[in-house]
Amino acid sequence: MNETESSTPYHPRWLRPRMSTYWWLEKPAYLTFMLREGSCVFVGWFAVYLLLLLDALLEGPLAYELFLAWSATPWVLLLNIVTLAFVVFHAITFFQAAPQAMVVRIGRMRVSPQAVLLGHYAGWVVVSAIVAFVLLGAR
Amino acid sequence: MSNRITLQIARYRPEQESEQTFDEYEVPYSKETAILDGLNYVKDALDGTLAYRWSCRMGICGSCGMTVNGEPKLTCATFLADYAPGPVRVEPLRNFPVIRDLVVDIGDFMQKLVRVKPWLVRAAEKPVSEGEYRQTPEQLEDYKQYSMCINCMLCYAACPVYGLDPHFIGPAAIALAQRYNLDNRDEGSTERMRVLSEHEGIWACTFVGECTKVCPKHVDPAGAIQRYKLTAAIDSMKSFFAPRGA
Repeated sequence: MNETESSTPYHPRWLRPRMSTYWWLEKPAYLTFMLREGSCVFVGWFAVYLLLLLDALLEGPLAYELFLAWSATPWVLLLNIVTLAFVVFHAITFFQAAPQAMVVRIGRMRVSPQAVLLGHYAGWVVVSAIVAFVLLGAR
Repeated sequence: MSNRITLQIARYRPEQESEQTFDEYEVPYSKETAILDGLNYVKDALDGTLAYRWSCRMGICGSCGMTVNGEPKLTCATFLADYAPGPVRVEPLRNFPVIRDLVVDIGDFMQKLVRVKPWLVRAAEKPVSEGEYRQTPEQLEDYKQYSMCINCMLCYAACPVYGLDPHFIGPAAIALAQRYNLDNRDEGSTERMRVLSEHEGIWACTFVGECTKVCPKHVDPAGAIQRYKLTAAIDSMKSFFAPRGA
């Protein structure tokens, strides 16, 4: 070691690489994660849309007709199609993650992660069937 | 006769340069040659100045974690033949400061590990005359998976949360805390909860899930963290509704 060197064997000059702002583009898994996190905005929009629908219903038939007409405009339609795609993506990725976070036991046996996943999908199907029955069966 | 493959190895020599550079070396390989064997060949036959860590070369010691073609890997358990025809890019583990070439500083992880008390905590040890602490196979199964951690830190290298916020206590430390929390002989979960329920503890995790994917021992740190979030949430609800710990 000579005097011109800026480190000594016991006090090395560490290299601290900074993480790129675009780290989430480096791996498909990171991108999927960001899309999953971003999907919450669309889930939020669906909740707001539902509240707007309820508000229009409460205001009466005219307001409801206006709401339907507004919903049929291309921009709202496009937004809702994109929202539906993100909400489905959100639900599927949420279901995939659920078995990792949930440890279900029946007696002394641990329920397998696949069974937990299937349980979620089964729940989805049952709820969808009830909603479909209420909407279609009521006619 | 053996095939040859090119290794592109990250070099950082603080006494000579202020940036990382890459040196290329051609090494012989066969079906059984691990990346670590390639590095040892470089060190023995081509360039003795190369610095890297290794010890057991059998996936137990957790020393030889590096970034191989962008992925965190144990270089003793990753084979050159799987990267043929190459080249294979070997870099130090991400998210840690580099001391030299492929050697990173692990001090941050070591300090965090101690904070979660990864050992059996007992209020009072029972006398030896009372015999051992007994455990059923089911009780062992509760934590066995988390006890497989070898502290290789691949999970930290894969975790963008740790990369962006180095205060995050990190996947392996939380998985090891769970290893003891779920052990029926342990009584330290309240002490660990204090550390883990901090902002930089479990709640900093956004469940990217990469820690679990890169773990060479199938520990599933992401699962451990999400399970712990549930425990912490129930615990906080309990203390809200029954503040005296009823």
